[in-house]
Amino acid sequence: MMTRLWPMVRKEFLQMRRDRLTLGLMFGVPVAQLLMFGFAIQTDVRHIPTVVVDESRTPASRDIIAALENTGSFRIVAHVDGRPALDAAFARGNAQAAIVIPNDYSRNVGRGTTATIQVIVDASDPLSSQSALAAAAGLGQARNLTILAAAAGRTSLPVDVRIRPRYNPGLRSPNYIVPGLVGLVLTMTMVLITAMAIVRERERGTLEQLIVTPITKTELMLGKIAPYIGVGLFQMTAVLILGRFVFDVPLVGSLWLLYGVSLVFIVVSLSLGLYISALVQTQQQAIQLSFFFMLPSILLSGFMFPRQAMPEFFQWLGLLLPVTPFLEVLRGILLKGVGLEALWPQTLWLAGFAVGLITLAVRRFHKTLD
Amino acid sequence: MTDVAVDIRELTRRFGALTAVSQLTLQIARGEVFGLLGPNGSGKTTTIRMLCGLLDPTSGNATVAGIDVRTAPERVKMQIGYMSQRFGLYEDLTAAENLQFYGGIYGLRGAAQATRLADLVAFLGLGSRMQQLAAQLSGGWKQRLALGCALLHQPPVLFLDEPTAGVDPAARRSFWSAIHDLARHGTTVLVTTHYMDEAERCDRLAMMSLGHLIALGSPAEVAQQVGGKTLEDAFVILQERDER
Repeated sequence: MMTRLWPMVRKEFLQMRRDRLTLGLMFGVPVAQLLMFGFAIQTDVRHIPTVVVDESRTPASRDIIAALENTGSFRIVAHVDGRPALDAAFARGNAQAAIVIPNDYSRNVGRGTTATIQVIVDASDPLSSQSALAAAAGLGQARNLTILAAAAGRTSLPVDVRIRPRYNPGLRSPNYIVPGLVGLVLTMTMVLITAMAIVRERERGTLEQLIVTPITKTELMLGKIAPYIGVGLFQMTAVLILGRFVFDVPLVGSLWLLYGVSLVFIVVSLSLGLYISALVQTQQQAIQLSFFFMLPSILLSGFMFPRQAMPEFFQWLGLLLPVTPFLEVLRGILLKGVGLEALWPQTLWLAGFAVGLITLAVRRFHKTLD
Repeated sequence: MTDVAVDIRELTRRFGALTAVSQLTLQIARGEVFGLLGPNGSGKTTTIRMLCGLLDPTSGNATVAGIDVRTAPERVKMQIGYMSQRFGLYEDLTAAENLQFYGGIYGLRGAAQATRLADLVAFLGLGSRMQQLAAQLSGGWKQRLALGCALLHQPPVLFLDEPTAGVDPAARRSFWSAIHDLARHGTTVLVTTHYMDEAERCDRLAMMSLGHLIALGSPAEVAQQVGGKTLEDAFVILQERDER
């Protein structure tokens, strides 16, 4: 049994070693992506360029402007006179927020009537305007409470809501992104590499020579994917180590469990690659089909955008991607430190994918030319 | 052991509406060098691919070394060596690595593999090229290497699909003397070719046209059956008929 597996694996490694470009991509891609996503993706937008129209020009108006700037959401880039100058700054993109203090602001604060200030935000990008909106609203509330409490003669507030962000107390993006990246990198490279590995043999005519030998279908398929299991494990280790030391992402849970479930996921991705390779005739088709699968894996899996925010249909669609449950397992183990007692549904779902995709690939893959 | 190495009975293969091979019947004796001739598209490659188990026949049947290609294609594969039209080995591996890989695939291990490889390298004169990447070999060397890989398991039947296309005359000559060497030792060889001098060197020929067998016998008999003085005449007549 399987006596031809070892020559097959050995041959794959020899070829892998000679293909410098693919080799570089296999090991360079995870590192490049980690640095890119880790540094670049920050979902909380801070320091929005802001212009100020201060018609009041009083200590009170300067005080509220300073308070807004101290929230960290606004970065004052200019003081301008009047609305037309403000509109121009928005139109040119020099500013994405503006603070307008009317000339009666100071007077109204002093008199105890409602003093109005206006915060205008460029909401053409809803994501980047969110934190500015929240910061402005929060500051307004805090101000009101302090003034009201003082007027009522109290030194403390009636209700104190204490927020404790668990698992990621610093609310840091890398803690969320890096574990997800393990899933994404594996999806991207594993699926494409196996799909290409078989189709390349078909295109070059080497598959024809191989399938007239007594090698079995199983030996052929296993020999093709076995080397890449090692590559996948290496890639995830690289991402985890870099994540730990460059981005301070915690590794809380069991590494054994992490690698065990990842192995299942790697097999899932490789089987998908094999299945794709059995469906297509050329490397170009293989790339196209892999990318058709890649985009939803990034967008619908919860890698970047929370699945809870999606319409129900897309939440279901996301569940049809193997990377979705895998991301939940990754974050569960790495950030929360939980084990199978909490993650068994996702693990079971992944195992289901593995069985299903292997069956599909084996059924579809034939040792003939048509 | 029967004396018929390849027994083809009413073998037919259709690709959609196109019938590539139609009701082909012929027998090849053990130790025979048998040539399959015909213009492009006459069904030679499809026939060989069916005999190798690379394509399933639509109807009819065939046995190779006594084994049915329809019911036991995997058992057939241990009995045959195959060279495709296109160089089918790994260009990013050296000659030695290709031979070792196929040796492993055919179940040769350790000392047995080393002995067999040494014999083949001597037989084909590959010694000086063993450490070169297959991509860097010339057409003639590639062809010898491919023959070497096809012979590793000492198959009783050899299928060669245009093995000498793009190979210089000297290399073709030495290739054919190797073929006759093998036949003398009992190997059955089915070979397709476009070269008339090569066809003349076959024991028997079959000429195909549009999927049909139209002539069968010794080179001289085949030429006569098609209606030409020489094989070349016969071939040209056939090609003109097909193009009409």
